[in-house]
Amino acid sequence: MLRVEKLTAGYGGIPVLEDIDLDVRAGSVVAVLGANGAGKTTLLRTLSGLLPLQKGRVLIDGQDMRGVRTEEMVRRGVAHVPEGRGVVTELTVDENLRLGGLWRKDRADARRALDEVYELFEPLARRRRFPGHQLSGGERQLLALGRALVGRPKLLLLDEPSLGLAPKITAQIMTLLADLRDRTGLTVLLVEQNVRSALAVADEAVVLALGRVVSRGTALDDDLRHAYLGF
Amino acid sequence: MDRFVYLTFDGLSRGAVFAAFALALVLIWRATRIVNFAQGAMAVATAYAGFSVSSATGSYWLGFAVAIVTGLALGAVTERVVMRFVDHSSHLNGVVVALGLVLVIQGGLGMIYGNEYRPAAAPFSRDAFTVGGVALLSRFDLFVFAAVGAVCVLLALLFTRTAVGLRMRAAAFAPDVARLLGVHVGGMLTLGWALAAGVGSLAGMLVLPTELGLHPNAMDVVFVSAFTAAVVGGLDSAPGSVAGGLVVGLIVSYVSGYLGATVAPIAVLVLLVVVLLGRPGGLFSRGKARTV
Repeated sequence: MLRVEKLTAGYGGIPVLEDIDLDVRAGSVVAVLGANGAGKTTLLRTLSGLLPLQKGRVLIDGQDMRGVRTEEMVRRGVAHVPEGRGVVTELTVDENLRLGGLWRKDRADARRALDEVYELFEPLARRRRFPGHQLSGGERQLLALGRALVGRPKLLLLDEPSLGLAPKITAQIMTLLADLRDRTGLTVLLVEQNVRSALAVADEAVVLALGRVVSRGTALDDDLRHAYLGF
Repeated sequence: MDRFVYLTFDGLSRGAVFAAFALALVLIWRATRIVNFAQGAMAVATAYAGFSVSSATGSYWLGFAVAIVTGLALGAVTERVVMRFVDHSSHLNGVVVALGLVLVIQGGLGMIYGNEYRPAAAPFSRDAFTVGGVALLSRFDLFVFAAVGAVCVLLALLFTRTAVGLRMRAAAFAPDVARLLGVHVGGMLTLGWALAAGVGSLAGMLVLPTELGLHPNAMDVVFVSAFTAAVVGGLDSAPGSVAGGLVVGLIVSYVSGYLGATVAPIAVLVLLVVVLLGRPGGLFSRGKARTV
């Protein structure tokens, strides 16, 4: 599904990530772990085209993404939920969600997907007309995630979905990701600092340190936990 | 009292034009964080095009349509060819480029059309109706209200009821998020500039017949009033810019009527300074929403 070969990327010509190799098979959840500054967010921003590739290749379903603009990525089935401020706070909940499906040609299915998100995230249904800035941090995360789902993506790039959320809601989101993976074959690249939550749902984990992959393995690999995550 | 009533209606008519012009400034400010100081010069350029067509064909309305369409095109070209390449790391860069555009456009108009005033005809009579001996509004004033009102309603519908409007707002407020959701942000900016310049052209066509006529600098004083209107309303607020336009229009009319026309520009500047000192976000701004 997603293949990253020798990826080098960063800001203003200075590499943050170097020689990253990654292979994410369809229908799996891969957690990207690491300390602050390891390059997790930079990895997602590069994959969705917000940052340019300096070297290497990104292949999605075998297609090279070089030169593909960010706004085209969503049409190729890639949804990126950015960290923290992914909600357009000046727009209402409903407008944010509709925005997630505006690019779709199948208008009827976009409407169905919107209704499904309201069923899935009941707090959003109660606040349809509320502007984004009146939502709690948790509700904003739900909104950003729900908006991505309106596009019915094949690959979901999720940046710190647990940020600012109560443990119970974090667990619900992780359960939802596992359910979507099992039910629809959704592939998820999950950047998380909440290691336990991420490993509870991930099929595989990749650990980044200072812009390089320092370990990878199955989610319950004890060596991985001990060596890089401290528990 | 009769004079007060007349000045009030006159002020509202002027204010409607300032409102349209302020709305054009707000459209661009919200999308790009640039105050388009070239808006006045752009409006004059399109008015020259419009009145040239009018005098060549004898049809005011053909010239009117040409001015608006030229405005839309000039706005799109300005964004696509000039503003897109401005380094946006500092707001000052966009302002300096806009001021440069003013000089280029006004200089170009002077070379092509000369620097003397040319007549700018109104499509309707500017003689005010009188009711009970009190002069109220002219047919032209009614045309101004109808045109500005229609533009406000159409823009409100565009931004709140259509997919394009939703894309434009998302592109303005959160360009990176909009890109991730498949919005062609560059295209939305071009469209925003086109719409703003089109509205500016309309304002130009409405205000020039009430001034001395066509001249490369004809919109300079109008621009100051419209800019003040936008600041009074809060540069982020479209309804605020309309309200601000009406407030400035009334002040200009009262001051001109009671103290003399030469004092009016000073009154506008005093209002600008007072608002900037007392409530820099404008009377209607909801700027705090952006900082949460």
